[in-house]
Amino acid sequence: MIEHNKDLDVFRADVSKWLKENNPKDPGFILPETFMEVGTDQQFEFLRDWQRKVYDAGYLGMAWPTEYGGGGMPQIYQDVVNAEMAKQRVPFVPNTIGLNWAGPLILNMGREEDKQRYIKGILNADDIWCQGFSEPEHGSDLGNAQCRAVKNGDDYIVNGSKIWTSLGSYAKYMILLARTSTDGDNKYAGLSFFLSPMQVDGIEPQPIKKLTGEYGFCQTHFIDAHIPADCMIGAQGEGWQVAMKTLMFERGATGGQAGGLSMMDINMGDVLELAKRARRNGKPALDDPLIRDELVQLLIEERSNRLMNVRAKIPALNAERPNAISMSGKLRSSELKRKFTQFALSLQGANGARYVSAAAVDGGRWQRSYFNSFSATIGGGTSQIQKNILGERVLGLPKS
Amino acid sequence: MDSLIEFSEEQSMLLDTATDFCNSRSPLDKVRTLISTEKGFEIDEWNAMVELGWLGITIPEQNGGLGLSMADVVPIVEAMGRQLMGSPFLTTTLASQALIHGGTQVQQNEWLPKIATGTIATLALQEEDGDWDLHNLSAIGSINNDSIELTGKKTFVLDAAVAELLIVSISLQGMPALVCVPVDAIPAKQIQRETVIDETRRCYEVNLEGVSVPRSAVMANTCFDVIQRASLLLLSAEMAGGLASTLNTIVEYLNTRKQFDRLIGSYQALKHPAADILLGLEAVRSHVYHAATIYDSGDKAAIEAALHMAKATASEQFAFAGDRAVQFHGGFGFTYDCNAQLFLRRALWSQYQFGDEKYHRQALAPLLLD
Repeated sequence: MIEHNKDLDVFRADVSKWLKENNPKDPGFILPETFMEVGTDQQFEFLRDWQRKVYDAGYLGMAWPTEYGGGGMPQIYQDVVNAEMAKQRVPFVPNTIGLNWAGPLILNMGREEDKQRYIKGILNADDIWCQGFSEPEHGSDLGNAQCRAVKNGDDYIVNGSKIWTSLGSYAKYMILLARTSTDGDNKYAGLSFFLSPMQVDGIEPQPIKKLTGEYGFCQTHFIDAHIPADCMIGAQGEGWQVAMKTLMFERGATGGQAGGLSMMDINMGDVLELAKRARRNGKPALDDPLIRDELVQLLIEERSNRLMNVRAKIPALNAERPNAISMSGKLRSSELKRKFTQFALSLQGANGARYVSAAAVDGGRWQRSYFNSFSATIGGGTSQIQKNILGERVLGLPKS
Repeated sequence: MDSLIEFSEEQSMLLDTATDFCNSRSPLDKVRTLISTEKGFEIDEWNAMVELGWLGITIPEQNGGLGLSMADVVPIVEAMGRQLMGSPFLTTTLASQALIHGGTQVQQNEWLPKIATGTIATLALQEEDGDWDLHNLSAIGSINNDSIELTGKKTFVLDAAVAELLIVSISLQGMPALVCVPVDAIPAKQIQRETVIDETRRCYEVNLEGVSVPRSAVMANTCFDVIQRASLLLLSAEMAGGLASTLNTIVEYLNTRKQFDRLIGSYQALKHPAADILLGLEAVRSHVYHAATIYDSGDKAAIEAALHMAKATASEQFAFAGDRAVQFHGGFGFTYDCNAQLFLRRALWSQYQFGDEKYHRQALAPLLLD
């Protein structure tokens, strides 16, 4: 464990050194970019081992309480680690749902026994978590979830299905939003929230082939699955409020995440580097005035996002609409990524039309990245839903 | 620099004071009344600003000012922009920046104390061809013994009819120069009001024919760079304010106007662009306050990039918001009575002063890419 009051610069140097020495070598196969794209056992095991190593070194969950396996240190230390990881471009830690959503939720409102039971396994990747919010028929309309959970003695019996359950085949637990009642004042009133076990008869994660041609997430079917009643978090009928709290963690509006990288970032620096290599009329694409203007526009947008996140921390400069910046985080970052990966294809000339293969530029990672970027513009509430939310909850416009 | 954006307690108080001041002194119906007046502002408001010390914020203490930074002017200008306040404050502050960084000792001692106590000064930089590059000058000064004879025309000279001092850019012996021209050196008929798109502004064409100034009127330093930086910062800040009010105007209408039995704000075709405008506003304010934070840091490349980004973003987003404000007001938006046109006109005026978004992106390209 790390000393509590070590000077930050010394600490940063230690982290940097550790990462340099421990950054795993090229595994010889293409790594996924986020936890949503883990498609093979080989990829999964590689990333799980990496998370373990990071946790064992004391660099994960640093601000979480020590009694549950965290580091008990000020958040700034984890921020330093995250920044160093991004700088050195180490692999991401795969238990994203546990680290960023379920963990903060359990620490925030779970019972003592929940914290004892779940937190450590989230950090050391023994217990992988997945998310069961969206349903095949209802997409972004979470409030309309139809997956049923009916009380039966000490259990709930669950029937229905969930989609977008990334890591579904590896997960031990799922954060599950299910309907426990169909009457009530509105559709939200009948929902409840469970920390559901996955290794139960009648819960069947079925891998789905994505638009990239790879596997990476599941549709999870529930057929008369019995889950223990005491895995409910929050009261029966309060699932919507709990889900909204969880989504606040997801949309980056509140702190509390365990830290670590959650994706292998392709960034604008990579696009610039590609623009130098790519050719246009016998010259570097970077010399083309139209390409230069597009690059500048993307760089301004990237800078805007960064500056907004800084300004969000200054209350006097957010008096009118305090949540506008935090609530738009996912929308802004996911749309920017979609735009710049799409633009990266256009830099490649005719090779823009290649796909993952030896002859493709950078092995086709740009094409794959562009396709995968839709997971973030669609998952967790589509960009269009995000704009509804901003319109309604930040600007106060009437519901659509 | 600790953070990319810093905002002190004092700046926060200044923002509150300025917001209250502009809200009470410049409601939109008053803005409309002032449109039909010659001066375009009320002397009472001007005197109140002088009272508050705002004209002397950046003027050194030995010249009667407060000796504070440009970052302290930003909240004031943003608040004025919110209320579309037509005031010589902007151009006078820019003129005092030019004097502080380019004036001779004598010019500073003569003019800065006066400006701090309410004398209006302005800049005459633009010319008929509309070129944003301040170095391309067709106004010429010819040296004749101890005086300089001026020829040529300057355009978009803000508040020239009420200013006592014009800082004029000319070509002098083939080099750009700035000269201090007291307004009484120019025959009144050679200062002609221009018809500009933003009716809250007062712009004038100044014909320099036959105007003569002593050689001592030439400023020590042709500080176009300082003027450019100060203009981009304050103009972007003012635009951030205007953009905020444009959004509020849109939201208010979307929450009151009904069509087909529904409030029009419930339609996603209007709601989503409103959300886009919100994000544009948040971006613009972030760029403005970042530029203000690093303005005096001495990191020239970073400051330049920040200001180009601020003005590029402000120009693009404010013009988009103004355009949508008119459209979203439907038939009412097509009328002069609708306030949307006030914001669109302000947005366009600001977009085309000191470079639009394409101009600034072009300036950014070598800074970011090479």
